[in-house]
Amino acid sequence: MRFEPALTPYLRPVTGVGAMMREVCLSLVPAAALYVAFFGFGIIFNLAVCILACAAFEALALRLRGQAVQPVLNDYSVCLTGVLLAFALPPYVPIYVTLLACAAAVLLAKHAYGGLGFNTFNPAMVGYAVALISFPVEMSTWLPPQLGDLDYVRPSTLQKLAYIFTGEWPAPLVLDAITQATPLDIVRTGMREASVFAEMRNNPIFGDFGGYGWEWIANFFALAGCWLLYRGIIRWHIPVAVLVGVLAPATLHYLITSGAYPGPGFHLFSGATLLGAFFIATDPVSAATSPRGRIIYGLGIGFLTWVIRTYGGYPDGFAFAVLLMNAAVPLIDRLTAPRIMGHER
Amino acid sequence: MSSAATENLYKLPGGIRLPGFKAQSATGEVHEVAVPAELIISLRQHAGTAALPRVGVGDHVFKGQVVARADGQFSANVHASSSGTVTAIEPRPVPGRAADSAPCIVIATDGKDQALDTLAPITNPFAESAESLLEAIGEAGIVGLGGAAFPTLPKMRQAIGSDIDTLILNGVECEPYISCDDALMRTAATDILYGARIMIKALGLTQCFVGIESDKPEAWNAFVEAAQIDGDDRLHPVMIPTVYPSGGEDQLVYLMTGREVPSQGFPSDRGVLVHNVGTAAAVAEFALTGMPMISRIVTVTGDGIAQPGNYRVRFGTPISDVAGAAGGYTERAKRLIMGGPMTGVSLTNDAMPVTKACNCLLITGPAIQTSKEPERPCIRCGECARICPVRLQPQQLHRSFISDDGEQLEALGLVDCIECGCCDLVCPSHIPLTQSFREAKQRRRMEVYERERAERARERFETRQQRDADREQQSAAAIQQIKDRANRDSIAQILARKQSSSAADDKDKDD
Repeated sequence: MRFEPALTPYLRPVTGVGAMMREVCLSLVPAAALYVAFFGFGIIFNLAVCILACAAFEALALRLRGQAVQPVLNDYSVCLTGVLLAFALPPYVPIYVTLLACAAAVLLAKHAYGGLGFNTFNPAMVGYAVALISFPVEMSTWLPPQLGDLDYVRPSTLQKLAYIFTGEWPAPLVLDAITQATPLDIVRTGMREASVFAEMRNNPIFGDFGGYGWEWIANFFALAGCWLLYRGIIRWHIPVAVLVGVLAPATLHYLITSGAYPGPGFHLFSGATLLGAFFIATDPVSAATSPRGRIIYGLGIGFLTWVIRTYGGYPDGFAFAVLLMNAAVPLIDRLTAPRIMGHER
Repeated sequence: MSSAATENLYKLPGGIRLPGFKAQSATGEVHEVAVPAELIISLRQHAGTAALPRVGVGDHVFKGQVVARADGQFSANVHASSSGTVTAIEPRPVPGRAADSAPCIVIATDGKDQALDTLAPITNPFAESAESLLEAIGEAGIVGLGGAAFPTLPKMRQAIGSDIDTLILNGVECEPYISCDDALMRTAATDILYGARIMIKALGLTQCFVGIESDKPEAWNAFVEAAQIDGDDRLHPVMIPTVYPSGGEDQLVYLMTGREVPSQGFPSDRGVLVHNVGTAAAVAEFALTGMPMISRIVTVTGDGIAQPGNYRVRFGTPISDVAGAAGGYTERAKRLIMGGPMTGVSLTNDAMPVTKACNCLLITGPAIQTSKEPERPCIRCGECARICPVRLQPQQLHRSFISDDGEQLEALGLVDCIECGCCDLVCPSHIPLTQSFREAKQRRRMEVYERERAERARERFETRQQRDADREQQSAAAIQQIKDRANRDSIAQILARKQSSSAADDKDKDD
């Protein structure tokens, strides 16, 4: 009797890239729900636009590169890029800014480098950085949370939609009346005016640790991250290192300046820290690959984030920290290769 | 007798817990497979050079008779596994990674299964000298039964040369589906210990550790019991955690001793010698009965076979006969694998004979475990590096493989890959990593071979040129010599003629 030839090993993996990416996307659903509760429909709109636009750009890029579209879209990696971008952008932002971010993420960061697995830089963060540099005002326009007793004019859904599609707030709304500096902005300007963090915290936009509302969403990012750790989809090295990288200098600085600068609690629950530590820095393609390398990579991201927040020109530096460390990955990989069994070094 | 506890073991980097799939075959007796009508006895059942035939077509042979002798140091004797008449000595397809064939002695069996009457046990092996025990092991055609089939005699001689202090018997059997060593330990623990003592004696050692995986409680109990009865306090059973690939030779050495086998070296470089439990049992069998290595236990399993189990099979029995003895194939039978599902060799045809390397015949459907997702580019998730038992970074090797960067592959330790297949199993991109590394190794070997060949050709060319030049010089010198001589001769002749003519003149004058 004749048999089919086969290659060893005959046992095959049970998981796949598509299933993993899909699970990462789904793990963010609770955080998105909470986001809606605090800030309205903006995140849903962003998610829809980002996912569709990223998928469309990927389809276009694949078509131009002469590759089959369907199998690649099925890997859900572009969907995850869209989801992360949606969480990174302000919930209400003119649609052309969103589209620019998606195009930069998918076309420039991903496919110009050869598609999934070959991108040097984190696509979502490239998209975010391009949008931030191109539209600094729009990218810094954050509406305050809807819940709670904050004294701000709340635009109607229709007015928000008008802004999204035209980039102008319909009269009589004025930007300053409806938007608000985020806690990170407040700290940024507050530091310049040499005020003390304890005073800044009196602003009702602050919650227990970070921004009101934001800190709850951040909690949900952390919970989702723990789920991914439990499922083995991400490993602990990068998230732990990122958090240590932010919190260690922040704590030290806070103690040395006797509380004049924001402490670890604020850094942990503000801006992109938790989303970034669990979901952005852990993008395996653009991260370092050995366990030791990943710790160095994560520490670098955390530390740079803290440096940019504390001394830099941008309120949150997570995206730039990730991109800088992405650039350092080949060197880190080279220096942290583990010692092979049976070798002296 | 003492048994070392699991806590004293060193922790292997990486490794993976695999589904055992052992229940199908691991229960019950070891069944006998009847003598087939025709035995196809391969002369290269071992790693190394093929044995040289010592019988001719038409000769009658007995069970246990040497039919081919080891050719050189890295070879092994081959015996007839039943009685009958030699009908052919010719190359036949034999199981192997490549579509292989090897010289085979084909025996038409006579059904009498008559053993050679000169076979005799070694009455007291422990009174024999180490050298005579080693010779006996060589005579019995014993090779490693773990799957690699390395001849046991040169392995032991090399170990003695390297001054070893520890013997490890490998009863780990970490690959899924395979349970032949388990069956052997359950049914023949006493023999294994007896063989171990002979090996200890031949090697001049003081202790032997026997590694048994924790998922084989029956084998463990049988072993501990046998060791108690045996009462030899030099034999220590050690329970090994059920993690693949703990049973790899270098991996087991590290687990049990903390010693790392050097890259491209042998355990004996670190004072350790590892033998499979089956090898020890074969030594015992020869000492106790005088019967050389003519059969082994083979696990026949998978959903493609009707009666999975462990079978004692004579070497040379066609696989189809073994399948017949195991109830025949089921309709799921699509693939035939010799060895386990991680490192085994895919065979396309069951007319090939069972050899000393054949620990398991796995007959399965189109795929054992599948995922619907296709192969995708590497996303550098690093899971492969996490489970690599030699601490390689398959994700980096893969990248260099794609770009065919030989130097980088070497720097990343390609040659240290043990091809265990762990990385394939955790790869979410479903990249056939192990196969690609095997190919890369092959490519590197070819490159080295080509380079050496070119080097040799160049040397040959230069030598020839030199020789031609020398020869030319020589011949020029010779010609010169001849010319010189000719000149000299002619001068002498002229002189002589002159002399003779002048003499004649003188004579004339005299006249």
